[in-house]
Amino acid sequence: MDTIVNALPYLLKGLQVTLYIFIIAIILGFILGLIMALMRLAPLKILNWIAKIFIDAIRGTPFLVQLFFIYFGVNSLSWISFNSTTAGIITVAINAGAYFAEIIRAGIQSIDKGQAEAARSVGLTNVQTMRYIILPQAFRRMLPTITNQSIISLKDTSLLSIIGIADLTQQGEIQASATFEAFKIWLTVGIIYFIIIYLLSLLASFLERRFELR
Amino acid sequence: MTVIKVKNLKKSFGNLEVLKDINADIQEKEVVCVIGPSGSGKSTFLRCLNRLEAITGGSVTINGHDITDPKVDINKVRQNVGMVFQQFNLFPHKTVVENITLGPIKALSMNKEEAIKKAHELLAKVGLQEKAGSYPGELSGGQKQRVAIARALAMNPKIMLFDEPTSALDPEMVGDVLEVMKQLAKEGMTMVVVTHEMGFAREVGDRVIFMDGGYIVEENKPAELFGNPQHERTKAFLSKVL
Repeated sequence: MDTIVNALPYLLKGLQVTLYIFIIAIILGFILGLIMALMRLAPLKILNWIAKIFIDAIRGTPFLVQLFFIYFGVNSLSWISFNSTTAGIITVAINAGAYFAEIIRAGIQSIDKGQAEAARSVGLTNVQTMRYIILPQAFRRMLPTITNQSIISLKDTSLLSIIGIADLTQQGEIQASATFEAFKIWLTVGIIYFIIIYLLSLLASFLERRFELR
Repeated sequence: MTVIKVKNLKKSFGNLEVLKDINADIQEKEVVCVIGPSGSGKSTFLRCLNRLEAITGGSVTINGHDITDPKVDINKVRQNVGMVFQQFNLFPHKTVVENITLGPIKALSMNKEEAIKKAHELLAKVGLQEKAGSYPGELSGGQKQRVAIARALAMNPKIMLFDEPTSALDPEMVGDVLEVMKQLAKEGMTMVVVTHEMGFAREVGDRVIFMDGGYIVEENKPAELFGNPQHERTKAFLSKVL
């Protein structure tokens, strides 16, 4: 028990880093996903292609390769430089963004065409129709899948320890090798991840009930 | 005064030509009922009148604006043309009042209090004052359709289009909706109604258009068209539905 109590402050510090990266990255990822989804549905072909290429490229490559490409690859270019935390946030955001784009696109397309027609027939513009009629309904429908992707992204942040970010997983590694108590430490780390993800899914089901389609 | 002028209107979906050559003039305060078998193009015709369907050929002029002209602001034209759908298409995430006030507030920039006041007046008119705060999911089909009519009227349209407004309703709900439409006709609203309600067409219509195969086959005053149809196809259709 002492091992865990002693390690806990370090682990919680790591958790702080994990949550910091996750929250910023998931918000950026969502905005990116929304933009990509709208581009995918835009009448302009060139926008469709850009979005499609982005989505396919991200979905078709492993997370670790994306992380290495951004942290080692892009960072090695002479005119650009960022630290590991920034690289981690960018990677998680881009990765989640591609998946969010497809979730949002499917959500928008699942709304009955009659909704847009009714909105247009009372004189709303395309943008107003999207904003007041389509997106609010689509978001309610997307919430479960958005939660799912967010949980996956949260777990993906554990891979960031590889580039030296002192997240929960990295702190676990340090504590495990310092204490020689790998079993207890990794069990504790697992429990902490589990609690956070459980709280996240509680929040999601609260939101689902809150915004239930009437 | 002619408020809707349709000239050589054509509409195709891919290779399928749904409207072949439609010509029609609709006068102010006129109630025109469009009847015909399924697939005759009557709903498509109606939907072309506010360009919910892109028009393939010919022209449609609404209050003097040629809506096939790409320069015309279609949103402005639509503000003057109310539309009521078979499937109601109420916004499920908004209350009845919000459904009605959305257009006036967002498209006409009406202030909120005024829009809400107007919404309550319109709800009273369609007999649903007590449902102002309800969500569409809590209403029956007939109530939904009456809210949809109030929503369209909130824009103060010059013309109302009805696309089979009673076809999705339980029989006992049809009467309430038709009653509201009759009232509207009496007040002098210009109306184009695609309908299977022959009783309504006969009683309320100033003119009945019979469509089949993408053409207007015959049009006349209801008493004439129902009592003394001239074309074989009209006779065949009426013998099945009357």
